[in-house]
Amino acid sequence: MATANNNTRYLLRDLTDKLASTLAVLATLLVIAPLVAIFVYLIYKGASSVNLAFFTQIPAPVGEAGGGMGNAIAGSLLILLMGSCIGVPIGISGGIFLAEFGRGTKIANAIRFTADVLNGVPSIVMGIAVYSLVVKPQGHFSAFAGGVALGIMMVPTIMRTTEEMLLMVPNAIREAALGLGLPNWRSVLSITLKTASPGIITGCMLAFARVAGETAPLIFTAFGNSFWNWHPNEPTAALPLQIYVFAISPYDDWHRLAWAGALVLIVLIVLAVSLVRYVTSRGVMKGAS
Amino acid sequence: MGVGIEVSNLNAWYGANHTLQDISLRIPPNQATALIGPSGCGKSTFVRCLNRMHETNPIARVTGSVRIGDLDIYKDAKPVEIRRRVGMVFQRPNPFPTMSIYDNVASGLKLNGFRNRRALDEIVEKSLRNSALWDEVKDDLRKKSGASLSGGQQQRLCIARALAVDPEVILMDEPASALDPVSTSKIEDLIFELKTHYTIVIVTHNMQQAARVAEKTGFFLNGRLVEFDSTHKIFTNPSDKRTEDYITGRFG
Repeated sequence: MATANNNTRYLLRDLTDKLASTLAVLATLLVIAPLVAIFVYLIYKGASSVNLAFFTQIPAPVGEAGGGMGNAIAGSLLILLMGSCIGVPIGISGGIFLAEFGRGTKIANAIRFTADVLNGVPSIVMGIAVYSLVVKPQGHFSAFAGGVALGIMMVPTIMRTTEEMLLMVPNAIREAALGLGLPNWRSVLSITLKTASPGIITGCMLAFARVAGETAPLIFTAFGNSFWNWHPNEPTAALPLQIYVFAISPYDDWHRLAWAGALVLIVLIVLAVSLVRYVTSRGVMKGAS
Repeated sequence: MGVGIEVSNLNAWYGANHTLQDISLRIPPNQATALIGPSGCGKSTFVRCLNRMHETNPIARVTGSVRIGDLDIYKDAKPVEIRRRVGMVFQRPNPFPTMSIYDNVASGLKLNGFRNRRALDEIVEKSLRNSALWDEVKDDLRKKSGASLSGGQQQRLCIARALAVDPEVILMDEPASALDPVSTSKIEDLIFELKTHYTIVIVTHNMQQAARVAEKTGFFLNGRLVEFDSTHKIFTNPSDKRTEDYITGRFG
């Protein structure tokens, strides 16, 4: 009797295990499905319009065939570069302060709270804020203003991931560094930060990918431009802006370009993230955890 | 060369918890001194007071004096300077995971601004030889991460890392408690080698280990130093009843 009882128990356990695994797989598929669907649809709608001209030419006037988004791609690169130059150092420094120097202090708690609120601010509000902080005093729209808006949006994500990654570094590693007679700042910069760097880089990439697709904060800042511009102090086209303008237009030609633009934007983000991952993983030792 | 350590009236707290009470003792140079006692008796706190690691905890506090050689470490020097003279090996091997074997050993010097590469190469080799790890790792010095080694090798790597900054004293906080018997005996052999050059203070739970490696042994109980004498005397003819109870296994 006892064996029969054990047998049913075993079957039940086996069933529960299979059920849980199936649910987990289903949940994963559910998460991935929209991503795949979007990507496939973008390729279907946009791939035919992606050609060399798309990357090298500026938008053609209505009615004229051809044209591209070369200036918008260039503008996005310029804005994102400036945004990263602002967002990454501030975010990482803030995270270091929160995790290593300000732990438990009131000011650290205030900063953490502010960052979380900032993370929840709608991006259009960020655009308006930078409009009044940068565009108004300067008197004109500029790529720089767009960079500031995106940079500020990157800060909270990078700061919080940096903090969390640093807190995950075991205390034993910090003690080992201090035990060698290293000053605290040196131990933080060369040991703790380095140990946490893979996670921090992931955080930066997440923030980058998120703001790369932002349209709203650029409307009041970078403004857009139908021509080439490399000057940080001039209004500049950006891929999401251009997609927006083309998508709400009534022309089929422009709609096709908007689809192509969306496809190129996603591919560029994937490329940028992979490139950074590749470059940063080359220095990792064999067997490093 | 090792130097002696003279501790007088040392008291330490974690918050309101009075972990060490009026500890006074003399640790002789170029010998191994073992500290034994049940968990929570304060022996780890005691060694952490010898290189001012105790105070890295924000709620910790210390009074009393510790002289290492002719330096009063709580009066005459900064923690950073003391920790270069008093190396430490921790209970769990803690190599820097992102660094190669070479960089782990060189880290103490490199990160303090030491730039002479040839000298660094020599120091790294010497430290790894002195920690009996050289032959096992000499071919992968820069290729492998410190974290890729086995637990026992990692612990010897940590010893090499401590030796590289050329300390006078080495503190070992249960250095073999996370290791298998073979690795443990390697660490013990190493302690024999090391004490010709350094003063060694070793915290251990393993009384046989204390008997094997140490000339002197101190018995801690509830934050007090109950007895401090030659290892032989502690294990054969202790003068305090509590020491006798502990070493004969009646408690702890």
